[in-house]
Amino acid sequence: MKLRKWIQVTWPLAPIVAALLVTSLILILFQTSPKDALAAMIEGSFKDTAKVLQVLAFLVPLLLAASGLLVTFTAGLWNIGVEGQIIIGAIMASWVALKIDLPAPLQITLEILAAMAGGALWAALVAVLKTRGGVNEIFSGLALNNLAIILTNYLISGPWQPPEGGTFRGTQPFAENALLPLLGESRFSPLSLGIALLAFALVVVALRGTFWGLKLKALGKNPRSAFLLGVSSEREVIFALMFCGALAGLGGAVRVLSWFDSLRQSISGGIGFLALLVVMLASFQVYWVPPIAAFFSIVLMGSTTLHIRTGLHPSLGGILTGVMVLFVLLFGDYGKLFTRRKKIPSPVKEDDAHG
Amino acid sequence: MRIELKEIRKYFGAVKANDGINLVFEGGKIYGLLGENGAGKSTLMKILSGYQPPDGGQIYLDDQPVRFKSPSQALRHGVGMLYQDPLDFPPLRVLENYLLGRDARLVPNVGKARKELQELMDRYGFTVDLNANIDSLSLGERQQLELIRLLAGGAQVLILDEPTTGISAEQKDLLFGSIRRLTHDEGKTLILVSHKLDEVQELCDHAYVLRRGKLVGETCVPCPTENLVEMMFGQLLPRSSRPEFVYRPPETVDLVGAKLPLGDQAPPAALKPVVELQHVTLATYHLTVSDINLAVQPGEVYGLAGLEGSGQRLLVQACAGLLHPEQGKLLLAGQDASRWSYHKMQAAGVSYLAAGRLEEGLVAGLSLKEHVVLSLPRHDFMVDWKSAEKITAQRIETYQIVGRPELTVESLSGGNQQRLLFGLLNAPLKLVLLEHPTRGLDVRSAEYIWQLLYKRREAGTAILFMSADLDEIVERSDRIVVFSGGKMSRVVEANKTSVDELGHLIGGQV
Repeated sequence: MKLRKWIQVTWPLAPIVAALLVTSLILILFQTSPKDALAAMIEGSFKDTAKVLQVLAFLVPLLLAASGLLVTFTAGLWNIGVEGQIIIGAIMASWVALKIDLPAPLQITLEILAAMAGGALWAALVAVLKTRGGVNEIFSGLALNNLAIILTNYLISGPWQPPEGGTFRGTQPFAENALLPLLGESRFSPLSLGIALLAFALVVVALRGTFWGLKLKALGKNPRSAFLLGVSSEREVIFALMFCGALAGLGGAVRVLSWFDSLRQSISGGIGFLALLVVMLASFQVYWVPPIAAFFSIVLMGSTTLHIRTGLHPSLGGILTGVMVLFVLLFGDYGKLFTRRKKIPSPVKEDDAHG
Repeated sequence: MRIELKEIRKYFGAVKANDGINLVFEGGKIYGLLGENGAGKSTLMKILSGYQPPDGGQIYLDDQPVRFKSPSQALRHGVGMLYQDPLDFPPLRVLENYLLGRDARLVPNVGKARKELQELMDRYGFTVDLNANIDSLSLGERQQLELIRLLAGGAQVLILDEPTTGISAEQKDLLFGSIRRLTHDEGKTLILVSHKLDEVQELCDHAYVLRRGKLVGETCVPCPTENLVEMMFGQLLPRSSRPEFVYRPPETVDLVGAKLPLGDQAPPAALKPVVELQHVTLATYHLTVSDINLAVQPGEVYGLAGLEGSGQRLLVQACAGLLHPEQGKLLLAGQDASRWSYHKMQAAGVSYLAAGRLEEGLVAGLSLKEHVVLSLPRHDFMVDWKSAEKITAQRIETYQIVGRPELTVESLSGGNQQRLLFGLLNAPLKLVLLEHPTRGLDVRSAEYIWQLLYKRREAGTAILFMSADLDEIVERSDRIVVFSGGKMSRVVEANKTSVDELGHLIGGQV
């Protein structure tokens, strides 16, 4: 029993280990020593303070989006639209940064609130399409992701183009008081990490301690029974998606206000999809989310150095995470893997054909 | 083809679905297989058609022992079964659906298949548009296609499971005509699984009756219907000592004095029915039940009898707010609740316990404690897990559940899951709706559940329940209505009826 429990808790590590082994194999095929590659990667992430801060700066929006996704996954929803919700958050924050000029604390608060509202409303579209229109959240999410990208491109090349003329690169840099306070020369804002950790703690409390969290859990595991027990699925679906959207939007704000200093073309850069992978890798176990998000940040930041050192393309980090996801799908959820064969006896089955 | 079944056994846990059944089916004849729900007829036919293996016993086809691993293997040996819900592919066209089971070539020979299908259709007088999509067809037409598919597959023995449920009268006549032709002219063997006594009398040559997993009788048909009814339902056991009870609002108890035995006096006229249905029509894809008129008084136990799929479940769902009437009015304590949602009904004091425990009622993966928290009528924003634990422990004791608050519900046995469902009911309630309240429970557990339900009547809670167990219905109800093929019978007083009368009503004979 104790061993079982131990296996269950450490299960999320299995696909990571397997993926590392497969990636090593790929490296050997390209005649690179996995040991050197690993060293380069670690160096790229931890060599000096600047590198560590870069990893942290990348981690913050990822952790925010992943925290939001914990809520939607608990409710049994596949919020693929999280990527678009990040982008809308970034757009809303940029809008406030470009159009409003207030003292820094007020300005930043306003930007964050606008970003959260934008993300939540973008997610609400998915929710309403699902509950009222019967559109699967995956399809509407994908469509809205594209729409958000198109909107960004339009803004950059149209109304928000820099005074010196339109390029597809981005808007002009925001004013100093509109940006998050950064640590030294880095792109890392300690404030944003504080907010992200707070958001994560909030999600943990919401899922474990509140009645709302319990309703989501019931809904995610068996919508029919949850409905019969009195859970209003429509309201909870909308709330869960909007909650996730708000956190994703906040992540988008962090992207424009600290990682960049303006609205850029690929402002999210797939952080939403990455967050989906993080939560799936964690097999929806809450406490695994921060370490796995950190691991992903390390791998992706380290790949840049790997490129300089070994001449291997920086997409190796992408390969590693991609392979990992394949293994997650292959290994599956520990719980399911070992209970599938355990049949739940149900007393009278013979007349199932009727009715 | 001659089929012999020898000592067929099939157990589901402690339930003996088939307990050593011996039967013979000769070629060229139509056989009726009769029995109430749970008698074991479907199990036996699924074994014969290769859908599931028996635990013991042997099947002989023309004196050759056979053992089927799958329905398609059974069909290769000439045994085909027509299920109640046709096993077709609703998105496909008729011809495509037919090709799917027949043509194994890379490029199907559409022309040949079309000719083949059309010939078979003509032979049995079926007229279905071959280019139509399956999901645009009626149930009867889909059934005809399935029948054709089985015949084209070489079926010599056809098993029809409740074939007339949900099809029109014309389609029924057409079906019966083709059945007679198949057997009496073409020498095929036909087994009709049914509970509709009229149909068995009209169509069959011979009838076998199963009860509780055993063959209890056989007879040539037609025969006096009484004989069939008696074989199907047996003799009614003497009534148990059900506490007689008539609900009175607290202030009238003194005036009326001692409780009067049920039936001698109607409930005081001033009492409003808990739920009242006026000329209600309920409809689903399969079934329409029209003109339901019913009034359930506070504290009354109302039993809904009938074979599954006859319409009683629609009534239960309508009272729960899960199915809105097409026509007519549904009154809850005098208020028009025809369009109320399930959750509004719930808030108004209506509780519904569905038949599938882990599908519709409990959430696998959630603990007992979490279920209790979900079911409580009032909630704070944060869950008070400590007091929830206490309440759960109380419920576990009151309802004699074998389990602990932190266990997940799927680890409980079926009986304990059922007790938990009762433990999740809150008080006070106006109406409790139950589907098979004691299915799968042993006698003692069932008795206990009913004692708990009787206690609820004292607060004026009415109970409306459906059950496949006729004894339970007669034993536990004050009043009974019977559903048969979408028709509701008159209301019967439980202590003035007999199992014989109910048997006739269930068989569709009013």
